[in-house]
Amino acid sequence: MSAAAPTERGRVSPLVRLLESESVLATALLVPGVLILVLFIAYPFVMALWYSLTSIRVGEAGQFVGLANFAKAWNDTIFQTAFKNTVFYTFWATIFKLALGMWLALLLNRSFRFKRIVRASMLLPFIIPTVLSAFAWRWMFDPTFSVMNWVLYHSGVITDRLPFLSDGDWAMWCAVAVNTWRGMPFFAITLLAGLQTISPDLHEAAALDGASAWHRFWHVTWPLLLPVTLVVVVFSVIQTFSDFQLIYVLTGGGPANSTHLIATYAYQVGVASGLLGEGAALSLFMFPVLFAVVWVQLRYMKRMEGH
Amino acid sequence: MKRRKFLKATGAGIATTGLAGILAAHRAPVFAQANTVHILRWNDFVPAADKVLREVFAPEVQKALGLKLNIETVNANDLPARATAAIQSGNGPDIIMLLNNLPHLYSSAAVDVSSLADEVGKAQGGIYDPAAQLNKVGGKWVSMPWSLVPALIAYRKSWFDDVGYKTFPDTWEKYRAAGVLLKKKKRPIGQTLGNTFGDAPTFTYPLLWSFGGQEVDAKGKVVIDSKETLESVRFMTQFWKDAHDEGGLAWDDSNNNRAFLSGDVSASLNGASIYVAALNGADKFKTETGAPLHTDILHAPLPAGPKGAHAYHTAFNHMVMKYSKNAKGAVEFLRWAHTKANYDKWFVVQKGFATGPTREWENHSMWNQDKVMLPFKTAPLAQKRLMGFAGQPDKKAAEAWNKYIVTVMYAQAASGKMQPEQSVKWAAGELGKIYT
Repeated sequence: MSAAAPTERGRVSPLVRLLESESVLATALLVPGVLILVLFIAYPFVMALWYSLTSIRVGEAGQFVGLANFAKAWNDTIFQTAFKNTVFYTFWATIFKLALGMWLALLLNRSFRFKRIVRASMLLPFIIPTVLSAFAWRWMFDPTFSVMNWVLYHSGVITDRLPFLSDGDWAMWCAVAVNTWRGMPFFAITLLAGLQTISPDLHEAAALDGASAWHRFWHVTWPLLLPVTLVVVVFSVIQTFSDFQLIYVLTGGGPANSTHLIATYAYQVGVASGLLGEGAALSLFMFPVLFAVVWVQLRYMKRMEGH
Repeated sequence: MKRRKFLKATGAGIATTGLAGILAAHRAPVFAQANTVHILRWNDFVPAADKVLREVFAPEVQKALGLKLNIETVNANDLPARATAAIQSGNGPDIIMLLNNLPHLYSSAAVDVSSLADEVGKAQGGIYDPAAQLNKVGGKWVSMPWSLVPALIAYRKSWFDDVGYKTFPDTWEKYRAAGVLLKKKKRPIGQTLGNTFGDAPTFTYPLLWSFGGQEVDAKGKVVIDSKETLESVRFMTQFWKDAHDEGGLAWDDSNNNRAFLSGDVSASLNGASIYVAALNGADKFKTETGAPLHTDILHAPLPAGPKGAHAYHTAFNHMVMKYSKNAKGAVEFLRWAHTKANYDKWFVVQKGFATGPTREWENHSMWNQDKVMLPFKTAPLAQKRLMGFAGQPDKKAAEAWNKYIVTVMYAQAASGKMQPEQSVKWAAGELGKIYT
């Protein structure tokens, strides 16, 4: 404070004068952010890019191998399965999160008793660390001691245990369900914030014109909510496509590699097996896909803003 | 002491070490770290053993060598990730526990412990040959074998008696036949075929070998696509449906313990942790007649196939890391821990779950206390093959092991995801990419 204060009447300290220059102030404010981006985003990304072009193993520097790691990954059947699984997992989890999140947001937008408590509690699945919630789900889907199997069996609904995690297809749908459970509140709360910006007058006017509830949603709510929805979907696609923790805890990529995602397989190759170059190449396969998704959606949003 | 005097004295102390000095040296002050050894190990399936490390080893090594022992334990599946991160950053635990042939994978980051291994081997009747192969790279010891956890089948004696098997089946065919009868009584065999470090590969590799299959030949050429391998996969596919709890496809290394202890399965390949848990929880784990469960448990080796019987026992090894600022202290700690008097304190609480790395420990009086544990005493002698057989248990074998290729080959066929022929060809293709 003293350094910034005028030292004499009518005179301004050099620091204040310097900061009064917009370009200097802007630079000073931007530098910490840029440094963080460079250190924690750009540097690891460039390193991963470099690793992917070398034969680096844990503890060994390796040599430049060009695109050999990418070629190996492309021909790797486990990677092919992991890639298909990642697309499947992302697609269905995003669809369910969007549909259920929208439904929940519409419900929460109404007035009812304990509205604030209910809204806050909806965020719980999102707040609990993924590892913990994935463990809880793993116990619920446990092949031998699943509480769901126990209830269904003892209520006479089933005669044999359901293969929640021991059948590849079931395990993948279980993973989608848990991801949906975890990610849905993020959709709901964000869409709820979007809903609250829509003027009730528009709905009233539509209702007076005889629009049904569905028509009011489709022709009033949905178009106005679309920009928010697109942002949420972009975030969700990025997070789900690169998901690791949930699968690592829930299935470990099994049974028989049926639920491996790109991230879990890259971890298995790069970190657990020490093949850092190959692991980096595997994980970089996510980049063009995510880049394309983000680019298409951002372009669409820009076009909408133009309208 | 007056305030001014105190400040002067402490000020002088700070000045000698000084923040500037610490920063210039790029390391913490000597007094804070020189005598500390940070060891990273697995969460032992016998919790009492970790307690011995914390409550007996730590204070005693402090007294004996002036070393402060910092013990960290994690899930065994996470050890390779921690090792990779530590080696790449050049910072982390001074000693890392590595399972099986992982020392080959991390050999470039290891301190040579040949003199320690030679010394312990010489004093204690010689280190088991498989342990030596797993820990020696290029003729030098890159890590020190700590223990072997033999994998034997724990089974319910009364249930096998009940279906007409007074002695445990000694061939795969007989085991399948017994399993069929047991599964009909809702007492299936419990076996994991999941992506997990211990019970899955310790079952699938010996199964492959006992039918005459192998990953590669002595020159490293992939030979897994053979009629012997195919026969073993066909057998396992049928065996799985007929006799196993099919949930085992999603099991990790702890599921079978829980399933056995709760009376859901009749037999399971495991270390002795099931029996040790039943023994320690005699009031909790009972048979259907109310007797303590441990009184109905026996152990047997894996059955024989057309080409004999095989076994794989999980090896636990300690690597002193090259980046360690206190590698000397770390080696001294291991030397201290491997002396007979000290190792004994850890060994006895294992109750046979883990055997020593040397033959000396076969002579321990502990083995006379419980006949049920006797099969574990000399189990390491039955281990004639390692991963990557008939080649070496080297980096390539470690990669194949870490990718669970052999286990997944069986799991794909058992789950119906692939036909046995397809699954064997898939495994050959995957191994081919590693052994290029």
